[in-house]
Amino acid sequence: MRGLGVWLPILPLSAWALVVLAGPWLPLAPDHIDLSRILAPPATDSLLGNDDLGRPVLDRLLIGARTSFAVGLGVVALSLILGALVGGMAALAGGWVDATLVRIIDVFLAFPGILLAIALAGLLGPGIDNVIVALAAVGWVGYARLARSQILSLKQRDHVVAARALGAGSGRVLLRHLLPLAVAPLIVEATFGVAGAVIAEAGLSFLGLGVQPPQASWGSMIRDGVGYMLVAPHLVLAPGLAILSVVLGVNLAGDGLRDRLDVRSARR
Amino acid sequence: MIRLLLARIGSALLVIFGVCTLVFLLIHLVPGDPVEAMLGESARPADRQALRAALGLDRPLAEQYLSYLGSLARLELGRSFQFERPVADLLAERIPATLELTGAALALALVVAVPLGVLAARNQGGALDSGAMGFSLLGISIPNFWLGPLLILVFSLWLGWTPVSGRDGPASLILPAVTLGSGLAAILARMVRSSVLEVLGEDYVRTARAKGLSEAVVIRRHALRNAWLPVLTLVGLQLGGLLGGAVITETVFAWPGVGSLLVEAIQNRDYPVVQAGVLLISLAYVLVNTLTDLVYLWVDPRIRLT
Repeated sequence: MRGLGVWLPILPLSAWALVVLAGPWLPLAPDHIDLSRILAPPATDSLLGNDDLGRPVLDRLLIGARTSFAVGLGVVALSLILGALVGGMAALAGGWVDATLVRIIDVFLAFPGILLAIALAGLLGPGIDNVIVALAAVGWVGYARLARSQILSLKQRDHVVAARALGAGSGRVLLRHLLPLAVAPLIVEATFGVAGAVIAEAGLSFLGLGVQPPQASWGSMIRDGVGYMLVAPHLVLAPGLAILSVVLGVNLAGDGLRDRLDVRSARR
Repeated sequence: MIRLLLARIGSALLVIFGVCTLVFLLIHLVPGDPVEAMLGESARPADRQALRAALGLDRPLAEQYLSYLGSLARLELGRSFQFERPVADLLAERIPATLELTGAALALALVVAVPLGVLAARNQGGALDSGAMGFSLLGISIPNFWLGPLLILVFSLWLGWTPVSGRDGPASLILPAVTLGSGLAAILARMVRSSVLEVLGEDYVRTARAKGLSEAVVIRRHALRNAWLPVLTLVGLQLGGLLGGAVITETVFAWPGVGSLLVEAIQNRDYPVVQAGVLLISLAYVLVNTLTDLVYLWVDPRIRLT
């Protein structure tokens, strides 16, 4: 039963992942404009209907999954690496280095995250790379704080002292002896981070600051569909449900992972 | 106690200084030229040079930074490129709408989350608990920019109960407040639940029960009073999310607040407005968090008396 809790939400997620990986080989025509089918409702030959330019919604949805996954994973990978290194360095170095880095982390935390990302994405200009950069520039702070507190509690352990006595440098101690032990809480945090990044990307694209047309993003699909909501609600419903299924799946998986990796609660 | 207070205020001032610096760097180091954005690509080089000099953008970065700090200290926020009016006036017009929206969303979140969290904690492991937590998970996972249009579709377009958008009377506040408050309500319900669960295991709750108090009194007088401290901290921390979410929610509902002004300014590369808007929202967040900490110091005798 415990296993089911972790694996059940994985199913829709793996389905999406499969779609993303198989994307290039699927016969999709996300940019195919068919003026005779503008705002057409779902039908047997076009399962989710067509949008305001007559483009097939299903095809755009499947291609949009690629944007969501690329941004979700890219942002989390980038901010996790940056955050773990900065947080680990702060904890290990101590003294003024630690104090300075903690101040910088505090300043970043003083911004509502999405606000800074919106401003940054707006100034950098549109494009998927800029979205990833903007979200990672905001996202690394959480991991840095977590990594720092983890490393602080670990750095007096015997095996670390032993490694130091054997002449290991700070970099080696951090990468080989400390971060591997701190990885579990970081992974849990990163899982929730994927959900946050997927929502944030869609939000930026919804504001017109993310992926640019004709490239498909679930957020920009909602943005385009809002104007036709009364005549063609499927334009807003389909991408929203797609976001919801991914985010819900990731959050459930995160909950399950947290319960499983939290050794203390498992022993109780 | 006084030392603790001063230390907290001191670190808040330091963070405020850091926030101002980061916003300056954000505007000045990120690629993209405001002069180009304002004049368009076809402008003559001489005009560009003149505008650059007028805005002070041709001076060294350090000098610009100092004059930026100086004008901030004098509360001069500059003039909007787009509206050709003082930024301070623009912001002042928009602040009440944002306060109204975030206030309503916060109140709504508390009204939903506290009973829901307590109910879930009282029925730990039961159907009510899993129902409440499922609802909370859904609330966390639904993005504002989807929930908003859905609510408009159902309540404005189909049922015709509320206005579609804009700020016109109390009815127009309902949908934006629900949209913005849902996420916070979901997070708070989880926090209230775990906080109440923790407190219910304490000795003083057992004592209160042992002396024959009714369950309602135990919850209200003994459990909730202690459980609301961590909840208070979370509300302070989540206010950032609320202010950030307000930017998107205001855009969805064409709510004339600071957030929609900011999005408009970003799209038009109206740098003085972007700078001031980001500063205003972030400083409000820092202020609220500092106040939360101070209130915490004040209400919790375990900290106050040490």
